[in-house]
Amino acid sequence: MALLEVEDLHTYYGNIHALKGISLTVEEGEIVTLIGTNGAGKTTTLNTISRLLTPRQGTVRLEGQDLSHVPAHRLVTMGIVQVPEGRRVFARLTVEENLRMGAFTIKDKAVIDEGIERGYTMFPRLKERSKQVSGTLSGGEQQMLAMARALMAKPRLLLLDEPSMGLAPTLVEFIFETITSIHAEGVSILLVEQNALQALAVASRGYVLQTGKVLMADTAAALAANEDVRRAYLGEI
Amino acid sequence: MTPMQTPTTWAERTGLTERLLDIGIAVFLWAFRIIVLFVVVVGSLLTLARGRYSIEVWIDLIVGGLSLGAIYALIALGYTMVYGILRMINFAHGEIFMVGAFAGFFTGVYLAGTGLLTASPLSAVVGIAIMILMAMAVAALVALIAERIAYRPLRNAPRLVLLISAIGVSFFLQYTVRGLFGPGIYAYPSVPFLAEPVDLPLLSILRLKWLDVLVIGSAIGMMLALYLFVMRSRAGTAIRAVSEDKATAALMGIDVNRAIVTTFAIGAAMAGAAGVLYGLMFRQIFFFSGFVPGIKAFTAAVLGGIGNIPGAMVGGFLLGELESVGPTLFLDGLGVPSPNQLKDVIAFTILVLVLIFRPQGIMGERLSRSRA
Ligand SMILES: Nc1ncnc2c1ncn2[C@@H]1O[C@H](COP(=O)(O)OP(=O)(O)O)[C@@H](O)[C@H]1O
Ligand SMILES: [Mg+2]
Repeated sequence: MALLEVEDLHTYYGNIHALKGISLTVEEGEIVTLIGTNGAGKTTTLNTISRLLTPRQGTVRLEGQDLSHVPAHRLVTMGIVQVPEGRRVFARLTVEENLRMGAFTIKDKAVIDEGIERGYTMFPRLKERSKQVSGTLSGGEQQMLAMARALMAKPRLLLLDEPSMGLAPTLVEFIFETITSIHAEGVSILLVEQNALQALAVASRGYVLQTGKVLMADTAAALAANEDVRRAYLGEI
Repeated sequence: MTPMQTPTTWAERTGLTERLLDIGIAVFLWAFRIIVLFVVVVGSLLTLARGRYSIEVWIDLIVGGLSLGAIYALIALGYTMVYGILRMINFAHGEIFMVGAFAGFFTGVYLAGTGLLTASPLSAVVGIAIMILMAMAVAALVALIAERIAYRPLRNAPRLVLLISAIGVSFFLQYTVRGLFGPGIYAYPSVPFLAEPVDLPLLSILRLKWLDVLVIGSAIGMMLALYLFVMRSRAGTAIRAVSEDKATAALMGIDVNRAIVTTFAIGAAMAGAAGVLYGLMFRQIFFFSGFVPGIKAFTAAVLGGIGNIPGAMVGGFLLGELESVGPTLFLDGLGVPSPNQLKDVIAFTILVLVLIFRPQGIMGERLSRSRA
């Protein structure tokens, strides 16, 4: 049974039919990437999975359990955590308070403190800024904070929405290395990226989205080699 | 929040009438500032120069301002916290305060019957504590029902719809209380101990009554507790997170509804407590008692910067002082007869001034900051 199974999702914004039957799966231990141009429906797919949006049709299942009636905030305890597009750190909360909010569902103080230490080890820059209000962090630091915050809840499945967006090349490199090491610790990942080449390099499988539909689904290697994909998303002529 | 409009420059404007209108408005605003400044500065100097009032009078006015300010601050916190989390002016908040005053009144009448309020200072304090707790509980309950029925279904509606719904709740509560208890004025149970002066060695120069100590002390205590809760506790931090970004808060596992409900309950409990303090201070309540204090406290919240918790506290005390000391200090020297009747004019002049010249309030941030 797949860890995450999305079947025939249709999501609307008012009358706008944003998802027109998306189906995908993530197996335990996989990195799966969702690529596609701006407006293809990647964020909408993630937000529908994490129940910020309610689909008009279709189901999302976690290990076979239907999530249709689970409120968004309950997903964290079930093991799904999303890092939203644009990082969305709580700008007026300190770095440490942001991390504590990531651990909101955890009651054990020792586990929380341990999680904070783990985050600081992964991103030493955050430790230096722990008492600083998060709105003062740079874009790269905010991305680190958003990822560290998501890891506080010890997710089994991490949903990442364009983690490399707007970052300098060296930081993009660092973020992808971090994704690989998070994965190495046993976290399954659904990665949304516009940076298709790098996303396909770390993923085992990928889906290409276009105007709310799955255009192609294949192994990452096959997609990276596919001529249409290369032309459309990897900037080759 | 609406996107910022690109500012129109002089060069882009062509219409002569428009320019004249602009000049007219600018002149009017400057004149307004100058008049207010003139009244405050010249009035204060003249009053002090005339020396008609002894230092004791000034001390009494300042202490009175602190008590009044403490009540405004308690109510203002509810406006500011609900605004912070829902971007909504809870127009019914003044009525929640009034409902609290009534709950405290009926509790007090019962306790007066048992003699608890008059037996000894200690028993009186216990009695008042019971009145305050009852008022807090009833006010919180009413606010939670209002939130569930009148606000939550409209959470994604335009803010104006929510404001109209709040005005509806406001009328509903006023006329429910009127229907249940009639339009008459109720005299708050008297607690003789509160009228006695505080005869302690150092404090005696302040000429405090025990009522002042009760009002100022309990208000500051509650505000301190609230501040620590919001800034230090896990639930308080969650409220701040929800205030900033509801979707992301939900992604962290925070129950957004629960944070909102908690905010309403705390704000209402503070207002309910303020209702009892108001009743003990002014001795009279009726179904319309929430209206003016409600708007004054809203003024205090705007003055401090709506959405900002320390701002509401500072704004409350500042407004209380301006209202208490202001009329005598600013107006007496200018020869205005019975200046105290103009205290509401001072309060609302402040509201208008703040809205025009510093809409973000004393401690507020820029309102244009985008938030999800
Ligand atoms: N809040 C919204 N209201 C209306 N339409 C939206 C909203 N968010 C996204 N859309 C539309 O839904 C489609 C998918 O958007 P999105 O999921 O954000 O794409 P992606 O993340 O792939 O760039 C786009 O056509 C976009 O314009
Ligand atoms: Mg997107």
